Amino acid sequence: MTSRAQVRRLLSLVPYLREHDGAAMADVAAAFGISLKTLREDLSVLWMCGMPGLTPGDLIDIDMDAVDGEGVIHLSNADYLTRPLRLSADEALALVLALRTLREVAGPGKRDAVDRALKKLEAAAGNVPTTDQATVAVTAARDDIQARVNDGLQRGKRLDLTYDVASRAETTRRMVDPLRVFVLEGYGYLEAWCYSANALRTFRLDRIAAVEVTSIDVAAHDVKLKDLSTGWWEALKDAPLVTLELQPWAAWVAEYYPTESVSARPGGGLIVSLHVTDPAWLRSLLLRLQGGARVLAPEGAGNSAAEAAREALDQYAVLLGSTAGSR
Amino acid sequence: MAPRKTERILNLTICLLVSGRYLPKSRIREAVEGYHNLSDAAFERTFERDKDELRSLGVPIEVGSFDPLFDDEPGYRILSSEFALPAIDLDAEEAAVVGVAARVWRHASVAESTRSAISKLRAAGVEPDASQLAFLEPSVQASEPGFEVLWNAVLDRARVGFTYRDGSPRTLEPWGLTSYKGRWYVIGRDVDRDATRMFKLSRMTDLPRRISRAGSYEVPADLDLRRLARALAPREPTETALLAIRAGKAPALARRGESATSDLRLPAGFAVYAVGFGDLHSAAEEITQYAADVVVVEPAELRDLVVRGLTAVVESVAAA
Repeated sequence: MTSRAQVRRLLSLVPYLREHDGAAMADVAAAFGISLKTLREDLSVLWMCGMPGLTPGDLIDIDMDAVDGEGVIHLSNADYLTRPLRLSADEALALVLALRTLREVAGPGKRDAVDRALKKLEAAAGNVPTTDQATVAVTAARDDIQARVNDGLQRGKRLDLTYDVASRAETTRRMVDPLRVFVLEGYGYLEAWCYSANALRTFRLDRIAAVEVTSIDVAAHDVKLKDLSTGWWEALKDAPLVTLELQPWAAWVAEYYPTESVSARPGGGLIVSLHVTDPAWLRSLLLRLQGGARVLAPEGAGNSAAEAAREALDQYAVLLGSTAGSR
Repeated sequence: MAPRKTERILNLTICLLVSGRYLPKSRIREAVEGYHNLSDAAFERTFERDKDELRSLGVPIEVGSFDPLFDDEPGYRILSSEFALPAIDLDAEEAAVVGVAARVWRHASVAESTRSAISKLRAAGVEPDASQLAFLEPSVQASEPGFEVLWNAVLDRARVGFTYRDGSPRTLEPWGLTSYKGRWYVIGRDVDRDATRMFKLSRMTDLPRRISRAGSYEVPADLDLRRLARALAPREPTETALLAIRAGKAPALARRGESATSDLRLPAGFAVYAVGFGDLHSAAEEITQYAADVVVVEPAELRDLVVRGLTAVVESVAAA
């Protein structure tokens, strides 16, 4: 821990402890997101601080017997630190951006509260020129859909979900028990127990075509929710690897999807290896890239894309006669 | 060492906060115990560093010399009215959303900034309680190695230098950062080209370096980062295509379109939709992925691009 972070924390800890006289060590540590050990170290630093002069009467007074005995904190003799320091630019920007990201999945019901909180925080931040220095775009659900999903989550009701499965280019209907809504790398998702798959499934919010909240209570499911701190990579790491040769204009694939390895080719092309959980996803990627990617391994992994393309070309030839065939 | 330093800086803060008037350096040196036992040069260095550190935390240290006794020496003070967070009163619902926001950042140093902001709010009597909204877990990632340098450079208005993917060295006055589809971009003035430019962080081939002091340039007062960022988003539809879509397939396309008719003799199970699109090439890419499930009826240019794309897919696999 740096001294800078500690100074910053102590300047908040003093007014907090003045407001919460006799607070339990564990509660204070939880409120500040620090360990009990760090809190104890903070207190022993504070104990040595105070008014210039530094005779015992001038120092901040902490009842260390109560700290080490009952585990509660009594702090006094710090009348000059009754208020925390105003928000700094990095704090205000971090918090405002976090609230704006939440706003994208809060649904119409909570969006007002987010806007009110944003307004009050921006007012409290005062002349810090923060809020337009960064933005985060989130692709999420339509308002009416978000409202129903959140309603189902809040009241613990099963959802009747109509969903576009992108890689299969189909709409499906299924019953799900909603577990949470999350935002990861710019997209909003619903994580739910799916009764069609009898497994945990993740649904992109913008692909939910319709949703109804049923009157059925959700069941208990023994599942482990995805750890968001590692991004998608962790969830994909056990899936089979596919190696592609990308043309320069298809090189965006290497930035857009989590890759296992990337190497440059003369002329701006790339060789990338990536984890593929669903062959249908690979098929639609290869089609979308319009020949910009060639499968190097495993052998035959590109065949279904080629078959689909051939079938489409035949169809064009039949529909439009010889004028529209492959030129 | 760190606790001693924290102690010294905290005592300096308290000293400047309680004095109420400008204090000259000589008085500060006497009053703050951590400055005793330092040589003159060491004191000067330490005092300057401590001051910088406090200012970087947002502590408003003012310089002046209004005291006639010390008029040849600058004095320092902190006004508690400038120091203190203004009163902030959040209702339960507002406190709940702030509680959720506290967990959003997945980037260590920005998460630390959020944590510290929340601590201040708690110290000001706000009780952020996320439990009633526990089912919401928005998160923001920033895995690009250059993110932290650029985030701080934007906050401090400091120039940065880096190498971009085309191999060119760049000098940028970063105005702001924007995340689109989970990827970070920095927008600012490219100093060598004297033009507004946007760079994707993942395309920088080295770590950006700070190459100026803080506050080295002004950000345009009318900067609209959201508008600049929108330039990244897909263009609004300006053209319309007639597409025949197999029943139940390509739902995203069908839903975007409106039901239409065509003279073309379609196979059973196809229906025609008029679908808006922005640019021809991205429309062609999107349609190609549906292969035989979507047929472009018109315009012919779009159909040609799709047919060419399908042909290239067949050839690329044949060549493997």
